[in-house]
Amino acid sequence: MNSPDSSHAAGPQGFWRKYVFSLDHKVIGRQYLDLSLVAVTTGMILSWLMRLHLGWPALSIPGLGAIAPEATGGIITPEYYLSLMTMHGTIMVFFVLTTAPFAGLGNFILPIQIGAEDMAFPRFNMMSFWVTFVAFIVLVSAFFVPEGPPLSGWTAYAPLSAVGKDAGPGQGWGQTLWVISIGIFCIAQLLGSLNFIATTLDLRTKGMSLARMPFSTWAWFITSIIGLIAFSVLLPACVLLLLDRVAGTSFFIPAGLVISDRLQPHAGGSPLLWQHLFWFFGHPEVYIAILPGFGIVSHILPAVTRKPLLGPRVLIACMIAIAFLSYTVWGHHMFMSGMNPFSATVFSVPTLIITIPAAITTLLWIGTLYGARMRYNTAALFCLGFISVFVSGGISGFFLAQPAIDSYLHGTYFVVGHFHFVMGVASMFGIFAGVYFWFPKMFGRMMNETLGKWHFILTFIGVYCIFMPMHWLGLAGNVRRYSAFTDDYMKGSIPLHRFITVAALFTGAAQLIFFYNLFRSRFRGEIAPANPWQATSLEWTTSSPPPHDNFGGHHPVVYHGPNEYGVAGKDGDYIMQNSPEPEPVAAAS
Amino acid sequence: MHKRNFSILAIVFLVSAAASSKAGRFAGHAIAPGTIEGIISYTGTPPKMKPIDMAKEPSCAKQHATPVMTEAVGVGPGNTLEDVVVYVSAGDKGPQASQPATYEQKGCQYIPHVAAMEVNQPLEIYNHDQTSHNIHPMAKLNSEWNKSQPPGSPPLKVTYEKAEFIPVKCNVHPWMHGYFAVLGTSHYSVSDDKGTFTLKGLAPGKYTITAWQEKFGTQTEEVTVTSGGTTKANFTFKAVPY
Amino acid sequence: MGKLFAIVVTIITIVSTGIFLSHIWWMPPDFSLLGAGIDHQMMETMVTSGVLFVVAQLVLAGFVWRFADNNDNRKIKIFPGGATPMVVGAIILVGAEILALTLVGSKIWASIYVAPADPHALKIDVQAEQFAYYFRYPGPDGKFGTLHPDLIDASTGNFFGLDPAHDTAARDDIVAATLAVPVNTPIQLELHAKDVSHAFYVPELRIQQDFVPGLVIPLHFTAIRLTKSEIVCTQLCGLGHYNMRAYLEVLSADDFKKWLNEQSGQ
Repeated sequence: MNSPDSSHAAGPQGFWRKYVFSLDHKVIGRQYLDLSLVAVTTGMILSWLMRLHLGWPALSIPGLGAIAPEATGGIITPEYYLSLMTMHGTIMVFFVLTTAPFAGLGNFILPIQIGAEDMAFPRFNMMSFWVTFVAFIVLVSAFFVPEGPPLSGWTAYAPLSAVGKDAGPGQGWGQTLWVISIGIFCIAQLLGSLNFIATTLDLRTKGMSLARMPFSTWAWFITSIIGLIAFSVLLPACVLLLLDRVAGTSFFIPAGLVISDRLQPHAGGSPLLWQHLFWFFGHPEVYIAILPGFGIVSHILPAVTRKPLLGPRVLIACMIAIAFLSYTVWGHHMFMSGMNPFSATVFSVPTLIITIPAAITTLLWIGTLYGARMRYNTAALFCLGFISVFVSGGISGFFLAQPAIDSYLHGTYFVVGHFHFVMGVASMFGIFAGVYFWFPKMFGRMMNETLGKWHFILTFIGVYCIFMPMHWLGLAGNVRRYSAFTDDYMKGSIPLHRFITVAALFTGAAQLIFFYNLFRSRFRGEIAPANPWQATSLEWTTSSPPPHDNFGGHHPVVYHGPNEYGVAGKDGDYIMQNSPEPEPVAAAS
Repeated sequence: MHKRNFSILAIVFLVSAAASSKAGRFAGHAIAPGTIEGIISYTGTPPKMKPIDMAKEPSCAKQHATPVMTEAVGVGPGNTLEDVVVYVSAGDKGPQASQPATYEQKGCQYIPHVAAMEVNQPLEIYNHDQTSHNIHPMAKLNSEWNKSQPPGSPPLKVTYEKAEFIPVKCNVHPWMHGYFAVLGTSHYSVSDDKGTFTLKGLAPGKYTITAWQEKFGTQTEEVTVTSGGTTKANFTFKAVPY
Repeated sequence: MGKLFAIVVTIITIVSTGIFLSHIWWMPPDFSLLGAGIDHQMMETMVTSGVLFVVAQLVLAGFVWRFADNNDNRKIKIFPGGATPMVVGAIILVGAEILALTLVGSKIWASIYVAPADPHALKIDVQAEQFAYYFRYPGPDGKFGTLHPDLIDASTGNFFGLDPAHDTAARDDIVAATLAVPVNTPIQLELHAKDVSHAFYVPELRIQQDFVPGLVIPLHFTAIRLTKSEIVCTQLCGLGHYNMRAYLEVLSADDFKKWLNEQSGQ
């Protein structure tokens, strides 16, 4: 894989091998990003339908009745709302937040950042993309089965998800397809994780010690280790759930359940077992979604502040601590679940402790801004926005981490606001920052900065208008996963829900600026130089876009870490990682 | 009025053999549709019906000044039974019923409690309430389905192809229960709140009629219908308190 | 653009904090014996978090405003002390808060969820199903009849699957669709689910508990005010989840006796 022969440098020329079944990590990374783009558009449209229904439950949505037979006359029924919600969550968490920042950007950039020609296992890499693609098709096909898509949420709690179609609409074939899709997705993720780990450990170029790896590489590496363990648990959990549904087993279903007036033919299972298995995966999963963002922000901030990141080793230690602790906290999703209440106290301790490395990293980023010479390009703005929304979402997590407070806020909109801030916004901002930063490298053209800045500011204001009010709704006891608010005490919250809906539609519209910018810049963007941001890491030493083998036949040699900014270098106030000039004795202070 | 009916009936009788649902009496002619009527009663102690607390659905609860009762065993004065379906199980099954049968969700109840219809007779299901219902007819021979009707939805239109007594429940409101009695005949009658039933427009001849009550099962009787006559047939079910 | 961002962050911080402080959307007043403990914990957390939120966002905004690159060749500055104050600050400030909140919070949590109910508590059996709650009182004999899921028949109002024909203890069980409790009396609910997972949530009681099929889960409380409020389901249970509720009525001792008599007359 490391041989620099010229035919390898040129790459395959046929259409199918070059663009479809490519082994080139750069093509595969872009395929993942394209898949995420389709997924995020789908997920966003689903969320608009949900929000419209919550604000105006009797609304007949033009055209919906034609696409969705379940929504007769374009009116969203209670079960269709829950199906939209389930598919929204599933598509966004798996096919956007787990895919774009890790498999998408990571695939493209990581090998180049460590000076390698490709991933360690290019065939596994290609397979993992196409397996992810198949998983997506299987999931989307649940929209088209006669009983409709599943409605048990992305969390698919048993027995609702396990007993089959007696449990209600969408719980027949729709739920089965969901389980199969997620199982397939797990396989793709495991292949991907193996690839990232092997590549990072084995294919670093000369001089690229672990300590000199860029922060984004560290983040992808740590993320892939988390993923290996987490998805290894979700896969058998999905298999067990599938067996309960189709093979008459009872892993998750106890005896004596009467559903649709029928005594269910199961005995001996435990619904809590599903929750343990799911959340043992589910909590590390949210760190899989956010850690690449940590890495991307940490990588971009020095380039846009023109100074080294504060505490680089501390940052890496914190990411490792978060990864380790992420396996000890899953029970905080289950405080109210009926497991022994003493265990709630036990789980809340590491949950609160994990706040510490998260707080340290946030302080390191903010501290990096001190004394900086900031350039407010779009990538920088999304990094700053990331910090702001991560603070907001992290702080709301502080409430939920305590069982006594969670006993009030669990199952309310407070939780929805919290996880959307950290996942739906912070993680997305990490993706946006990465896209704006690396677009020139990937496509050889610059994105339009004016459009980017409009995209940023409208989105930033919009997301706060959507998700901050949800905390207030939660404090008022407004329950989540409701298709309508008919309870006496919740009716007063409908005006705020309408405000949120309007904000959501407005923010969705602002994304059109991003889509337009993406497509326009591919063809009409200013031609990009090799290093438009004057950044230090190896991806900026090669052309934009890079040649097929990334470095045109030679292997870079690394002399410095990625953090040499604000120093007197031969090219300016930075020293590139592959530059043989010596490190300055005293950095500028 | 009778003379007018006389002329119309004479024309109909001359033109077609199809029985009309209005039976006139005319002396001196050989064949005229007959009627079976009777009373359904019970012996023993039926279970006590319980009041339904609709508190969880305030928009329905306020439609009932006093709570409605469960309807599984509806009793009337003189130990009679309501909602018993009486139908022809052997004999002339009559013409295909084509007028739609209706089923209403109103005040969070199914009205009527038992809807009788013939196979392939259209059924229209209405939601007149301010809340969403999800009607779930739990058929075994026919296809089982459920469908939500948010307030203001158009009626559902369905037909059933096989004869079956289908329990109907609402997936949203657990107390709502009813039946579709899908029958192989258009000669059917559901007993009223005095326990009486009437089968009209029967061509003279021998019949087996069946009475079905959702808890007490079925009973059959053999009956002969005379031309233009009314035959009495009563049923008595044995009731148990639990 | 950096300055615009700083202004937007500042406005968002001020407006959000203002709305939190104004209590426009807030917890309804509680009527539970132990409710004050939960509220105290909530206030502590709200104040700590509020301060952290405001300080972090305003410092972010301030740094963004101040440290733009104005092409003036000034030297970059490193934060005084480097990373050390960040680490120390986070461990001490955040760590100390965590310790305090965990210690205090675990006490109130334990008093509601770990401690057993008063031995003389009034026991009420609660069944959650798609999509309603039913409540069962033991009746004059003080004993609950056995549950037989295969006998459940909603069409006759036998929601619990009681067998009065053969089970004498079941004959006087009182089944209601409303949870009525006497005021100032310890209540012990026994929660079980008929079909899938559900939950019991009364915001004003400051308690919540999932129903897990296959388990019977105890939940106890004492209501200290005469009032009526809603019980809602917070665990996704199917299409009617949004419509799943019952009413909790806290009655005087006499009114509660009257209510029980009315229910048992059925």
